[in-house]
Amino acid sequence: MNIEKNKLRELYTTMLRIRLFEERIVDLYARGLVPGLAHLYLGEEAVATGICAVLRPDDYITSTHRGHGHVIAKGANLKNMMAELFGKKTGYCKGKGGSMHIADMEIGILGANGIAGAGLPIATGAGMSAKWRGTDQVTVCFFGDDASNNGTFHESLNLASLHKLPVVFVCENNLYGISVSQEMHQPIKDIAIRATGYDMPGVVVDGNNVIAVYEEAMKAVKRARAKEGPTLIECKTYRWRGHHEGDPNQGRRYRTQEEIEAWKKKDPIKQLAKKLIEERILAKKAVAALEKEVTQEIDQAVAFANESEFPKVEEMYEDVYIREGETE
Amino acid sequence: MREITYAQALNEALKECMKEDERVVLLGEDIGRYGGIFQVTAGLLDEFGPKRVMDTPISEAAFVGGCVGAALTGMRPVVEIMFIDFTTVCMDMIVNQMAKMHYMFGGRGRVPMVLRVNIGAGRGAAAQHSQSFHSWFMHIPGLLVVTPSTPYDAKGLMIEAIKNDNPVIFVEHKKLYAEKGPVPEESYSIPFGKADVKREGKDLTIVATHAMVLRSLAIAEEASKKGIDVEIVDPRTLTPLDRETIFSSVKKTGRLLVADEGHKTCGVAAEISAMVAEEMIYFLKAPILRVCSPDTPVPFSPPLEQAYIPDEKDLLLAVQRLMEYA
Repeated sequence: MNIEKNKLRELYTTMLRIRLFEERIVDLYARGLVPGLAHLYLGEEAVATGICAVLRPDDYITSTHRGHGHVIAKGANLKNMMAELFGKKTGYCKGKGGSMHIADMEIGILGANGIAGAGLPIATGAGMSAKWRGTDQVTVCFFGDDASNNGTFHESLNLASLHKLPVVFVCENNLYGISVSQEMHQPIKDIAIRATGYDMPGVVVDGNNVIAVYEEAMKAVKRARAKEGPTLIECKTYRWRGHHEGDPNQGRRYRTQEEIEAWKKKDPIKQLAKKLIEERILAKKAVAALEKEVTQEIDQAVAFANESEFPKVEEMYEDVYIREGETE
Repeated sequence: MREITYAQALNEALKECMKEDERVVLLGEDIGRYGGIFQVTAGLLDEFGPKRVMDTPISEAAFVGGCVGAALTGMRPVVEIMFIDFTTVCMDMIVNQMAKMHYMFGGRGRVPMVLRVNIGAGRGAAAQHSQSFHSWFMHIPGLLVVTPSTPYDAKGLMIEAIKNDNPVIFVEHKKLYAEKGPVPEESYSIPFGKADVKREGKDLTIVATHAMVLRSLAIAEEASKKGIDVEIVDPRTLTPLDRETIFSSVKKTGRLLVADEGHKTCGVAAEISAMVAEEMIYFLKAPILRVCSPDTPVPFSPPLEQAYIPDEKDLLLAVQRLMEYA
């Protein structure tokens, strides 16, 4: 597949935006400025980026507890994201959701989700909805390796394939369900083989190679849009940090330093940077300039979050129910 | 006015809403050709086709969660769970997804869906097909909980449930499906949070739900022969709950009996009793009594099941006990 140069630059920029955003959270979390839980996407940037790059703004995604990458790739605004992580009123969810619940219906983000495997039925339903409404919208469902052991995975793949729904199931196999390694949580290596049982294509892709992810996403989204049915894409990848920022020793209780280092050598961003520079698609100078530009964008997001107010206590009672006649 | 059954009234409400609004679709197990386990969706497949009346695999989490996704993206699904007992296999979708999305997303996104379930023992179906744990859903902010007792209420409340922008748990009762009552042919809706005084009286208030309303009406006549004038308040929706109507009735009578088919512990009756105790204690002439199901699983053997179901005998005893207080 021949990818346009602009598309390659876009992929690079999106991965960088996710990387720098997450690195900033590491710092803010360590300084106690981000409350609660933060599950970071560092190391997995190529998956969300490659997949979302083929989606239209009116296509849908469902995300997970590790959702920052997905929503950034789908076009979320960093200011509102950062403010939400700070628990501020100007955040995506008015400070009521936090890191695990960022949603924006206007750009098709049906929500990050704190329950492993919960996005699968919701994505399947968005697929049913597109079929009912007669649109050609596609829904992408992100989930992890261990979520493929949940009943919702099997129920949803069955239902989606039965009705040839326009859904792309994207399994981010980062080899661990929190602390439990894949070999300890399932008897298979390739989760993609589970697609066979539901009569849909299942493919394994190098989840640290954004171009490979992009190419598989193209095929799957095209198939979904043509109403030919769902696809399961398994992206093999790795999270660099612990399960969440409070994970003791950043996940070295159950993983070796060697393993972490080996995966860091497969950095998806460095891989693409090398290619872009070698092929003269991006000059070294331009790479540095881009980093500066994204850093500024994040600085602005942090400033916005800092300057924003916390919600008032009375606001706790709002949005539990929609009152009659209340507009969205 | 013509009389139809509770099941037919629900069927009519679904049909009217589907005719009026293309976004209304039905999903569930055996709701198509079979017409639903209690025939609530009978004939709708023929009228609206398999695209809008969708038989699902036995995958409650997938299709209830599917309705959440569909509702978030512009549909108004009505989903049938064959027995309330089976909501346990999709409780994450109900409690963590359906109920919370609007709040958790800070008001972004709406989940206008109706989840139909039914409660009630008395069909010899034992402990996994006869439960009445509808109070669980009262405990979850974000859900509306609807409990019709008559065909008239069933139709009007269903139409309101489908038109409402919030997620609704619509709790039907197995023993009421065949009950007949007057139902207007035209479309109408009953607003949520408005209790209906099913019988006016001055001596004692019974707040009753579902079949307990009918059983209370039956004993009210007997009680009146003994000079006891019973008032029967049917909340019709548990969330929102019409506190005012309950309070004003208690203020008038000074005696409260709460009758609900759920378990006594932490049930609907417990909640209503606590609410009245908190707010109305000085108006009470007698302790608050509850008539509920015992705290056991539903037994199978007919004599045991019969004893399990709170009935007229239990109600009458409680009424007499309350009247012992001057």
